[in-house]
Amino acid sequence: MALTPKKDLTASIMRNKIYSLLLQDKRIDGRRPADLRPIKIETGLLTKADGSALVSMGSTKILTGIKVEVGAPFPDRPDEGTFTVNAELLPLASASFEPGPPDERGIELARVVDRSLRESGVVDLKKLCLVKGEKVYILFIDIYVLDYDGNYFDPSLISALAALATAKIPRYEIVDGKPQKTGEYFSPELSALPFTVMVGIIGERFLIDPQLEEEKALDVSLVMGTDEKGNMTCVQKNSPGQIPVGLMDRLVDVVAEKTNEIRRKFLQEIPVKLASVS
Amino acid sequence: MLEFSGIPRPERLIDENGRRIDGRRPDELRPIKMEVGVLDKSDGSAYIEFGGTKVIAAVFGPREAHPRHLALPDRAILNCRYHMTSFSVEERKPLGMTRREIELSKVIREALETVTFLEEFPRAAIDVYVEVIQADGGTRTAGLTAASLALADAGIPMADLIAATAVGKVDGHLVLDLCDLEDKYGEADMPVAMAPRFNSIVMLQLNGRMAIDEFRRALALAQKGINEIYKLQREVLKRKFSELSPEEV
Repeated sequence: MALTPKKDLTASIMRNKIYSLLLQDKRIDGRRPADLRPIKIETGLLTKADGSALVSMGSTKILTGIKVEVGAPFPDRPDEGTFTVNAELLPLASASFEPGPPDERGIELARVVDRSLRESGVVDLKKLCLVKGEKVYILFIDIYVLDYDGNYFDPSLISALAALATAKIPRYEIVDGKPQKTGEYFSPELSALPFTVMVGIIGERFLIDPQLEEEKALDVSLVMGTDEKGNMTCVQKNSPGQIPVGLMDRLVDVVAEKTNEIRRKFLQEIPVKLASVS
Repeated sequence: MLEFSGIPRPERLIDENGRRIDGRRPDELRPIKMEVGVLDKSDGSAYIEFGGTKVIAAVFGPREAHPRHLALPDRAILNCRYHMTSFSVEERKPLGMTRREIELSKVIREALETVTFLEEFPRAAIDVYVEVIQADGGTRTAGLTAASLALADAGIPMADLIAATAVGKVDGHLVLDLCDLEDKYGEADMPVAMAPRFNSIVMLQLNGRMAIDEFRRALALAQKGINEIYKLQREVLKRKFSELSPEEV
């Protein structure tokens, strides 16, 4: 069983400093409360991966790679391909991350990204079917946190989507009952573009996309996401602490606005044309 | 639409009278059963039923932290394990902790930590175990509701009880306290937990999609259900402590 990490000794001092700055609509790095850090997206950096993306948000860096295999579908969805999301908080990303299998934080990150992708129907899984009930494409979306300066949630989802959108998946055909590469490639069509924004709360004030020093001092934080149609696609309160109910109304509006900002940035870098769901 | 574990999707999840598949109105909770002090050897325990969902929670502690190096000088550590029995679900759940169980253990622990006075017990450990005996939707919320009762039953000082339920969207309607079929075939499932005395949210997740306006209304609907559950929790604790003789208190 994992434990909630103990608070830094400096956290309460930082909390007061961050809070008094928030009262003046300021932050320790010069941002305003609802400002994101600069986002950088690079794709197709790797040749062994079928899709890859390196995304930074400020100095938080996330590398996502996609590997594709052919395998059996789930029995209850015989005509759909599958995907799984894994996430690892690499020990080189932070002094607080340790080697070993993903702990609860890595699992939470993977499952939040997984839910965002799955529930908004990003990938049309029906188009990843080779032979109904027998052979489908299986996508492994593996997320690695390379440098952790707070908020690994938002850039992880961006990198997963960037890797998916630019993936070149080898096309297979069935020859004598066995899958064989045809030598051609295809890109998965995306049907939605959900993004998340992490919100940090101190007292009755909030900020978004916390950097590490802020994240350590927050009273509570949560991750919220919306898609391009303005639907909420993901919510996860991801730390101890209480969220005042009265704050939610305002947060929802800010998150909708800021995920739109991320979406515009993403589309600038990767002009995706969204497909309609089959 | 998908089929789960052989149970096909009902043609409609809400009928023409606005009733749900189990006959409830959209804003109605399932029949609830709550009991505290159900186990002998733990320091506190609680059993809860929300319709077909049956959960038992137990608390050990405050007791010495093991291994000792985990102990903190200024507060107790809180351990929490949310676990489902292998037979609690349609298809046998493999033994051991799944990724889902590890995630839910985290969110339940983080919710409990917001109301427990851990600083009263430096160097100690409080262990909370949640066992899902039968899963029919809303197991994490039932588990969290039971865990907070078990903590109170163990006499651990708390700022408030935690009450939790799920809201969701089913056939386009917002509904309270989803059952398994509504969870699986509905459009969205949103578990919510609150500390009612502070009017604050202590757990919040959303799986699925709903419009922003629906999200706002869903949160209000959850709060309505939570207030009802909170009332029952207080009653069951009051009943227990009023039945005790002065020596037992």
